Amino acid sequence: MDIQRGKVTAIMGPSGTGKTTLLKLIGGQLRPSAGFIEVDGQDVHKLKHAKLYELRKKMGMLFQSGALLTDISVFENVAFPLREHTKLPESLIRHLVLMKLQAVGLRGARDLMPAELSGGMARRVALARAIALDPMMIMYDEPFTGQDPISMGVLVQLIKVVNDALGLSSIVVSHDVEETCAIADYVYLVSNGKVVDHGSPADLAQSDSSWSQQFMRGMADGPVPFHYAAKAYANDLLGL
Amino acid sequence: MIEYFQRLGARSFGMFERLGRGTVFFINIVLSIPSVLIRPRLLVAQLYSVGVLSFSLIVIAGLFVGMVLALQGFYTLSDFGAEGMLGVMVAASLVRELGPVVAALLFAGRAGSALTAEIGLMKATEQLSGMEMMAVDPVARVITPRFLAGLISMPLLATIFSAIGILGGYFIGVGLLGIDEGGYWSQMQAKIDFSQDIINGLIKSIVFGWVVTWIAVFEGYDAIPTSEGVSRATTRTVVHSAFAVLLLDFILTALMFGDI
Repeated sequence: MDIQRGKVTAIMGPSGTGKTTLLKLIGGQLRPSAGFIEVDGQDVHKLKHAKLYELRKKMGMLFQSGALLTDISVFENVAFPLREHTKLPESLIRHLVLMKLQAVGLRGARDLMPAELSGGMARRVALARAIALDPMMIMYDEPFTGQDPISMGVLVQLIKVVNDALGLSSIVVSHDVEETCAIADYVYLVSNGKVVDHGSPADLAQSDSSWSQQFMRGMADGPVPFHYAAKAYANDLLGL
Repeated sequence: MIEYFQRLGARSFGMFERLGRGTVFFINIVLSIPSVLIRPRLLVAQLYSVGVLSFSLIVIAGLFVGMVLALQGFYTLSDFGAEGMLGVMVAASLVRELGPVVAALLFAGRAGSALTAEIGLMKATEQLSGMEMMAVDPVARVITPRFLAGLISMPLLATIFSAIGILGGYFIGVGLLGIDEGGYWSQMQAKIDFSQDIINGLIKSIVFGWVVTWIAVFEGYDAIPTSEGVSRATTRTVVHSAFAVLLLDFILTALMFGDI
């Protein structure tokens, strides 16, 4: 699997196939049982603790829940990485935070607490926090799950705009085919921990693979069967 | 029968594995202490929520324990005509045993459970993972300030518990039962030894503060990140802390006072 700089790369597949695990492997939160992962030319799992933390400063990650710190305000959440990693004066931190919040359309919500935000707003705040240190890449874990159509539209647009405006590399893990394909430059389809197909969204729409067709079109039956493995229906009914 | 031994073996392995992880976790806490000390603001905030918010519970409990001790002690001592020793009995019981032990048990219920639940929920809502990905070490940022706050608060709370308890004993003994006020205090001053009683009591409370807070922060950090997992971890904190405090109390008492 190769993630290109400056592009939006999507990793799609059914629930439970290891998409989030893959993001945690890239971020060095989990160790691979085999193989290796390189980010910016560095083998993530051979790095010492301090070097790994240095690398993580260049990686942003947007968790499915937003993972905002619940005991501090929206403003302080976005300021958190700046306060932890820089010695910038307070006035400059304020400017940076307001710029990041303006980019996600939530400058007016800076004094709210995370509990007062909707799910979509929480993810936008998390995005503002993820770009606070101007990382080189951002990983999105299921950014569209559970969002209403307006929030989803906002997030789809934001991921693309932020990627292009800041010159980032983005990895979007999702199973929302339509929204993800709308912004992805390249897509990897994974199932049971393996890459089963890859290509541009247009290529995958025309793919010969019956698995890819089932997933991209959301068909109930196909290589992934509708029925969970069981003995023959008639035998089951007759108690044989 | 073999299955029984297999289960027993699996449980034992599981217990030792957890103990090992807990020890490594504790070493990580110790290693990150310097980073907390250069940012005392984090520690002060935790001293408030762990220590100050436990204050009223400790004061009320200390008062009642002291009053009950005086009532019970008076009726026993009066049988031997030794009511004058009431102050010594109350103070020795509190400073040596009840102050550190009861304060630690209350501390485990009040602050320990809150620490576990808070850290466990932070884990369940991915706040700790989020910090890791922001290149902020959650042990240094979240765990160590709470651990140090518990370690500092516990001896202070135990001392307050004992002091309030002695006052409670005074109210009952002198105010209600008519014991001589001068005798209450002077006997206490004469018989309670600074190093033998007060320092040993203080050492106990430091050890209890260490073990209770260690259990609390480890259970939270190690909790299964679901509502049921956090609930079980919180229960384990209170139960394991209580056992650990009582067991360590026995060991420390045997070491400190065993030869008397």
